Amino acid sequence: MVAVGASAQNITAAGATFPYPIYNKWFTEYNQLHPNVKINYQSIGSGGGIKQTTEGTVDFGASDMPMKDQQLAEAKVKVMHLPTVLGAVVPVYNIPGVSKELNFSGDVIADIYLGKITKWNDPRLVKDNPGANLPAHDILPVYRSDGSGTTFIFTDFLSKVNPEWKSKVGSDTSVKWPAGIGAKGNEGVAGMVRQSPYSFGYVELIYALQNKMAYGTVKNSAGKFLLGSPEGVTAAAAAAAKTMPADYRVSITNASGAASYPISSFTYLLIPLKFADPAKGVAVKDFLTWMLDHGEREATEMDYAPLPAQVQAMERRTIATIK
Amino acid sequence: MSLEREPEPSSPPTAPSLPMDAAPIHAPAIINFVAASEPVAQEGPPSPIRQYLSARGNGGLADRTFAAAMLVCALSIFAIVLFILTILIARSKLSLAQFGFGFFLRSAWDPVSGDFGALPFIFGTLTTSLLALAMAVPLALGVAIFLAELCPARLRAPISFLTELLAAIPSVVYGLWAVFVLVPIMRDQLGPLLVKYLGWTGFFGGYNFGVGMLTASIILAIMILPIISSITRDIMLAVPVSQREAVLALGATRWEMIRTGVLRNARIGIVGAVILGLGRALGETMAVTMVIGNHPEISKSLFAPGYTLASVIANEFTEATGDMYLSALIEIGLALFLVTIVVNAIARALVWAVTRGAPARSI
Repeated sequence: MVAVGASAQNITAAGATFPYPIYNKWFTEYNQLHPNVKINYQSIGSGGGIKQTTEGTVDFGASDMPMKDQQLAEAKVKVMHLPTVLGAVVPVYNIPGVSKELNFSGDVIADIYLGKITKWNDPRLVKDNPGANLPAHDILPVYRSDGSGTTFIFTDFLSKVNPEWKSKVGSDTSVKWPAGIGAKGNEGVAGMVRQSPYSFGYVELIYALQNKMAYGTVKNSAGKFLLGSPEGVTAAAAAAAKTMPADYRVSITNASGAASYPISSFTYLLIPLKFADPAKGVAVKDFLTWMLDHGEREATEMDYAPLPAQVQAMERRTIATIK
Repeated sequence: MSLEREPEPSSPPTAPSLPMDAAPIHAPAIINFVAASEPVAQEGPPSPIRQYLSARGNGGLADRTFAAAMLVCALSIFAIVLFILTILIARSKLSLAQFGFGFFLRSAWDPVSGDFGALPFIFGTLTTSLLALAMAVPLALGVAIFLAELCPARLRAPISFLTELLAAIPSVVYGLWAVFVLVPIMRDQLGPLLVKYLGWTGFFGGYNFGVGMLTASIILAIMILPIISSITRDIMLAVPVSQREAVLALGATRWEMIRTGVLRNARIGIVGAVILGLGRALGETMAVTMVIGNHPEISKSLFAPGYTLASVIANEFTEATGDMYLSALIEIGLALFLVTIVVNAIARALVWAVTRGAPARSI
């Protein structure tokens, strides 16, 4: 290990809540290896992360969705996006008497939230789930009431597969939901779905895995119904890596490839192109290299999907340009 | 006989000699306060208060300093309110410019296209709060009347303690309780009953999922019940006993005594308690968010999901990225501020209209 610098570095960072558990682990481990570098990360949400980073309040930030062109143009501190790990969203439901794993196509999910599919025994649901014995009962769609990257990924996917969704609702951290009720956080949606018979909702893959929740499959662009898994998410990222733009701002929902899970997304660190304090720049650069060398390996054990090798190689070149 | 008995009349005065002995010790001190001009030299050293007062110098300066300090404290309330208002207006400039006053009357809430309006949130806030008051006030008055007037002394302490305990429970705990207990009851028992007996009113239409405006109102009612009842009880206990005795002496029954002797004298304080409860209901965030459904729509049915001003801020502020979006959320805060002021003003005006120049007479 190369010594980073003699003086103690207190680096502040803020942003997304989704990757907080693994970031916290990385920053703690890195601090044990380099006692003079302490990274203090506050999980205040992606919106706050973007704001504080571009205003220079914190040294770097984190966001679940890439910044928009306008935000990049207006930023006082110019930043680059560096993908760290991947997340995914899975459909959850509660239908008394149905224990079979259900299949959902993106088009059907969009129509459930558009209020166009209102009964569980709708012909389109029955067609995707032969032999599931779906009841003639009203569907209660549940969505995230708090703004979140999870909602962004989910609505981004729905916008790609359903033209009406794209024109009427669109994608963002909060959208104007045509139907359903809102619950706060992954735990709120999961709790509401568990509590309410005949409900349908969406949660983060990691939340579902760690709470051992049953969830449904989603149809990918190759027409296969896939159960969400870190492998499927990394496969989606690998499929998108071939056409990865230099600034990494890419949506990988509904990615090509038979093994690609369709509701996947990168989560990013927002790193200033040039640090005001060069010593901090050196420290952050060293951390990022360490993250790719060692950190990525820890992702899987915490249920995060690691970056595919191609993206890691590309990032090493980008990190070298940080001043 | 008579000679032998003669000492007897003189002996009783010696019997209660203890209190008589004790009295002289206090007597000079009392005289000191009543007649300050009396010399105190013979009585020993002056009282500690007197010593302190004569040692501290000019009394006028101390009085003025004290009055000025208290004035600053009082003015700080104005300063805080003005400061909040200024910040709210300054930070919501963008959406104020875009939507103008119409913001408070528009139903749109679409972060994607940047179209915002506060009406569904104002509707949700007012409906849930007023419904909660309608449920909580009679119950709270009942609790307070029982505690203050009818309760056996043995029961008073435990009931008072439990009421205050209810007030101390954090709102997220109420929310959790509502999600796990109230929502299923609403969905499976109470809801169908309401549809069956009150369905004709039209307020219980649509599908009942257990979450919605009515559930939120019920949890709010439970949350504001302890505040209203404990303040009302304290106010009722502050009514002098002589009022009760006078009314009873005129031949009133117990209920008439409570109504004319106690409630009537305490009414302004009771309205104050109700306003405090309303204040908590208007601003309550966490518990409401967990059960109201968070869907900005205006529906006649109380089973329908709704949204409140406080909830939308709590839900969307952290991830609001666009400037217009943030600005609209802060204007929602401004709307909540204004709603609170207007509702309070109306309540004050009501009290004023009802109590203006109305001395004791039967209600």
